[in-house]
Amino acid sequence: MKKRVNVPLLIITAFLFTSKDAFAMHISEGILPPTEAILTAILALPFVVIGLYSIYRLKKNNPLFVPLIGLIGAAVFVISAFPIPVPIAGTCSHPAGTGLAAIVLGPFVSTVVACISLLIQALFMAHGGLTTLGANTLTMGVAGSFFGYLFYKFCRKLNLSIFISAFVAGFVADIVTYAATAVILAFALSPDFLPAIKEISIAFVPTQIPLGLLEGVITGYAVKYIHIHKPELMEFGKSMISLNNLSCEKNF
Amino acid sequence: MRINKLLIILIACFCLSLTVNTKAEEGKWEGVDSKVVEKYAKMYGRTPKEPLINTDQGDLLLFIFTLFGSAGGFVMGYNYRKIFKEQKNSDCTRT
Repeated sequence: MKKRVNVPLLIITAFLFTSKDAFAMHISEGILPPTEAILTAILALPFVVIGLYSIYRLKKNNPLFVPLIGLIGAAVFVISAFPIPVPIAGTCSHPAGTGLAAIVLGPFVSTVVACISLLIQALFMAHGGLTTLGANTLTMGVAGSFFGYLFYKFCRKLNLSIFISAFVAGFVADIVTYAATAVILAFALSPDFLPAIKEISIAFVPTQIPLGLLEGVITGYAVKYIHIHKPELMEFGKSMISLNNLSCEKNF
Repeated sequence: MRINKLLIILIACFCLSLTVNTKAEEGKWEGVDSKVVEKYAKMYGRTPKEPLINTDQGDLLLFIFTLFGSAGGFVMGYNYRKIFKEQKNSDCTRT
């Protein structure tokens, strides 16, 4: 009997064996001055509120939505807490996972998923911080999700395949997360905004480019897998704000 | 099937490449967030503070990562089964 290899599970297992000790991730506690910390939290709040409202509406009529958000939420949490070694740069970094979440759940729900993951990491894993939760939600949740989602939609409009579109979304989500981190750090810390952005962004490049490609591959395979085995699940991410009640009988 | 084999080879190469001596030996696989974010923050006079619940003590953080990683894996597996396996079975019985 021919045995099929489960590619997504294989990649996750490989990650489990290649991950090393944890290192500080995201913007650490206390790095942002109080004004900027509050400002970023205020900016991230509307996205989280709309995302929560979307979840409330969607879970009412769709029996598969709760397990789906559980699956994708756990995936984002695990992926964003994985320090992956990048041999060519000699450093470790983590992917974001928000590109995948945005394609499947929509960008607002993906922001909520990222926010919850970041909160758990800040509380129990000494990663990120409570004062920088707003900034980290803005970078990983909002920027990663929305850019990944928009690029996925754009690629689909160009008639590119599901895998390629999701690959681009995953790559963009990862790169934009760190670009947004550079913007926030430059805005909050440096008096010279543009030179600081350039300097910080360039410092991220050697690690994040290979990692972005890896995240693109993971996103590509994961989305392709869902599309083949459960295409109806892709309905949730079709509209940006998933407030429409997708009918249980119609879709499932 | 060919793609799967290619993927296994790529993953194996990636794992093997981690054992090769690189300049990483000096940096000890430092996290890019601490290497970049904290470096620049320090440059501009901001230093990271201790988290509210500091689990970064000895092997405690390793324990927390293993615990949360396992929990995350369990949640993923449980929901994966619920969505992709149980739903398939219920579809079959319905037809």
